[in-house]
Amino acid sequence: MRQAFERIAVPALALLASALLFALLLAAYAQVDPFEAFELMYEGAFGSWFSWQNTLTRAAPLILASLCTALPARLGLVIIGNEGALVLGGLAAAAAGVAMGRAPPLLVQVAMCLSGMLLGGLWIALAGALRQWRGVNETISSLLLTYIAIALMNHFVEGPLRDPESLNKPSTAAIGDANTIGTIPGMDVHWGLAFGVVACLLVYLLQRFTTWGFAMQVIGGNPKTARMMGLDVGRYVILACAAGGAAAGLAGTVEVAAVLGRANASLAVGYGYAGILVAFLARHHPLAIVPVAILLGGISASGGLLQRRLDLPDAAVVVLQGIIFVAILASETLYGRLLPRKQES
Amino acid sequence: MSDNLRIGRRGLLGAAAGTAAFGLSGLALAQKPLVVGFIYVGPRDDYGYNQAHAEAAAVLKKMAGLKVVEEEKVPETVAVEKSMESMINLDGATLLFPTSFGYFDPHMLKEAAKNSKIQFRHCGGLWQEGKHPKNTGSYFGYIDECQYLNGMAAGSVSKSGKLGFVAAKPIPQVLRNINAFTMGAHSVNPKISTQVIFTGDWSMPVKEAEATNSMIAQGVDVVTCHVDSPKVVIETAERAGIFTCGYHCNQAKLAPKGYLTGAEWNWEKVYTSFVDSMKKGEAPGNFVRGGLKEGFVKTSAYGPAVPAEARAKAEAVKQQMLGGSYVIFKGPLKDNKGNSVIAAGTSHAQTDPVLESMNYLVEGVVGSTS
Amino acid sequence: MAESPLGIWSVPLAMLAGAIRVSTPFIFVSVGECLTERSGRINLGLEGTLVMGAMSAYGVALGTEWPWLGVLVAAGVGLLLGALHAGICQLPRVNDIATGIGLMLFATGLAFFLGKPFIQPKAPNLGAIELGWWSSIPQVRQALQVNWLFVLGIALAFALAWALRNTRWGLIVRLAGENIDAALAMGVSVGRVRLIATSIGGAFAGIGGAFLSLYYPGSWNEGLSSGQGLMAVALVIFARWDPVRCLWASLLFGAAGALSPALQSIGVTQGYYLFSAAPYVLTLALMVATCSPERSLRGAPGELGAVK
Repeated sequence: MRQAFERIAVPALALLASALLFALLLAAYAQVDPFEAFELMYEGAFGSWFSWQNTLTRAAPLILASLCTALPARLGLVIIGNEGALVLGGLAAAAAGVAMGRAPPLLVQVAMCLSGMLLGGLWIALAGALRQWRGVNETISSLLLTYIAIALMNHFVEGPLRDPESLNKPSTAAIGDANTIGTIPGMDVHWGLAFGVVACLLVYLLQRFTTWGFAMQVIGGNPKTARMMGLDVGRYVILACAAGGAAAGLAGTVEVAAVLGRANASLAVGYGYAGILVAFLARHHPLAIVPVAILLGGISASGGLLQRRLDLPDAAVVVLQGIIFVAILASETLYGRLLPRKQES
Repeated sequence: MSDNLRIGRRGLLGAAAGTAAFGLSGLALAQKPLVVGFIYVGPRDDYGYNQAHAEAAAVLKKMAGLKVVEEEKVPETVAVEKSMESMINLDGATLLFPTSFGYFDPHMLKEAAKNSKIQFRHCGGLWQEGKHPKNTGSYFGYIDECQYLNGMAAGSVSKSGKLGFVAAKPIPQVLRNINAFTMGAHSVNPKISTQVIFTGDWSMPVKEAEATNSMIAQGVDVVTCHVDSPKVVIETAERAGIFTCGYHCNQAKLAPKGYLTGAEWNWEKVYTSFVDSMKKGEAPGNFVRGGLKEGFVKTSAYGPAVPAEARAKAEAVKQQMLGGSYVIFKGPLKDNKGNSVIAAGTSHAQTDPVLESMNYLVEGVVGSTS
Repeated sequence: MAESPLGIWSVPLAMLAGAIRVSTPFIFVSVGECLTERSGRINLGLEGTLVMGAMSAYGVALGTEWPWLGVLVAAGVGLLLGALHAGICQLPRVNDIATGIGLMLFATGLAFFLGKPFIQPKAPNLGAIELGWWSSIPQVRQALQVNWLFVLGIALAFALAWALRNTRWGLIVRLAGENIDAALAMGVSVGRVRLIATSIGGAFAGIGGAFLSLYYPGSWNEGLSSGQGLMAVALVIFARWDPVRCLWASLLFGAAGALSPALQSIGVTQGYYLFSAAPYVLTLALMVATCSPERSLRGAPGELGAVK
């Protein structure tokens, strides 16, 4: 009872506090009526079916991308290479899609997903392997690998894999309309959303009900104990990294197969970095990732309306996101302290 | 249920849009302002590409019976699709200007298919009859004419015979500018070379400054650029005491000593004509191009460093361009690897679409396209 | 085509020049973060602090025509952001890595939000000191143009290294970072030490930002930092928590970053994306070569990243 109350009340308090702070900034600096701004934000993010679809579309890549941080985090690793895995995943998917050409679409789609996941997985597994065998800090190596991945993608897109027809937006050849992954029936949101939700559910079930999940929990809790129990820590580290990278690679694949239709620099627009944020905010819990991503998607979906109606700069929503995140993180401290503690025997 | 609602809403708006766009009812036109949406890829006040568009949008804002909605810093992803949809569904926009290269395919084409009653006009894309939807189109200016004039001014003042060009990516529009700039310089001094440095992206201030400095170290004494915001390049060059030519907007204020002249957009001209046709109930043109003659582009006033003789030479060419008789790209023309790219006797007028898929750098340019 | 008198030698010279021009923000952020991490706290939000510093310095320089006041204000803004981070992380159960990421977003957003009016105007810049007066080669003279902040950054790195080793105050910082229990037993207020260390680290990052907007590249816009603060924080791990090594790492990183434009300017133009990735490849390669599972975390403060 007490826990359930806190789970609702603490984030609600944090959101309320952020709204107040943001309102203050709007009223004092931008001279905008905060109530009007909040009303518009609601309209832009959740006010209609159109807005909901807008929000969900923006949330979709974040869900998959955040798993790249959340999965290895179970073992105590801090991986921030999401963007790199996503970008290379997209590149691999496009290469596969173009190479397979006229094969049956389903086959091409499966091949694209597999190659995207494979390359993304390998990329982050590299960070895991370097940590395990060479002792290289995985946070810095995954960040470096991201910059290298983006450079590689740009090199291939503007060099060896460039379609001369792509003129002013250098891109690989198109994968073809037949091979694109469409939208979920009944809504104008691509399949990336479903992939993300399913992936989170799968991860949750794996972590909760399998020996693997338990082993990972042990390693995350105390690697020394885990080694004494005879667990092969290195294998789990590399596996978790690979799985996380594969999720980000799949996010890149979906960008190519459902949105862009080809690989180009639009893959590197920051979904990976936003994914890191989502993972930390969700405390790496796979089921919390989905609502956090939707919250983030909603805020960015509402940004356009704030720009158009109130003439606020695009950065207004970034400020709000920042305030909300800091407030929610700081509010963690309130758990167990919100209600006066009952006498415990 | 909600799906039906959506169709209902969009159908309604579509109908309203239809009347506004094609003027079936003068009454509807008088009551409902025409809503025009602008989407920029970067900040509106960047002293460059986006500012050039935003300045024109500001002119439209003052027109009666017109409402302008704007969004800045929209990435070339599904985000721009959603921004367009949002402008259509929530603001009732019937004419949209997504202004960045990467918005065209697939994003704008996708939205055009979904919203057949809405007019989409894209800056820079290569619209083709039969291949692209009727409610879409593209417009662009032959700014290479101004770059040619930039090159003439640069060529006359350069002492080292080395010019510098800081560019984002080797795409046709950029290559065409680099080539025109170099050919302009060659017309006054055939020995001149242009050094190109690609930074890899449209807005990379530190790399742009580094590129400018490394060229200065190599003895380059005039630089120009094709990146989203020329501010850093121009300021860095001015500080080092070398000459600059502007791009996108007038940057004379940033370099009072070294600014020679500049290639500027004049989008106001294009946008007002689009809006006029919408108001008359006609669909705006699908493939709209123009240079100095049509007033789509203009040059900055000459800076103090350009000698009178050089001005006169450049002005003479500019007059021919204004008259529509000057051809920049004509054979025989070789690329910088020695291959012939335009055969002797062939000449490509500015309107020739072949020029819009340029993939070479002409003789005299130091750099490579990949 | 007239060849440069230096020929191929212009590349290392350009890299030296690049190191001097580009490295300053990395030096300030990494040295500041080094102090913060030695006290047992990670501040990943310095990217945001850097951008806030750049924006506020530019705004102040624009308004007062006095760029050094801008530097001072940037340091103050950085100090406040650092203190905010420390204050939040001090609450029980709050994770410092996550808070850092949140504050990075907040500070970057706030800088973009408040900085819109400063994108266009031109503010006065910090001047340069000409250290190349002795040379007649213009490239050398250009390479040796340095800013006082660069000199200050180098001095700070050495001063911090010395202070951490030899002063009572340095000992207290290290104690707070190595072992909370021992620190508490000695009567050290760990919270206060970390608050001060994080605030100073933030102030350093703010100054680094001022360098970006007021000296090189010397104007305010939203692409100004593009990850330099984040990379600088990563360099601290690379430098194994030693301020002087942070300095070398920053210089090396800056030099590698100058490789791509330098090569292009002498006509080596193919694969420039790959050359642009040189700093990252080099850093990674050096880490792989120098680390080993046994000694990778040598020098790491004991309390760093401890899960609460």
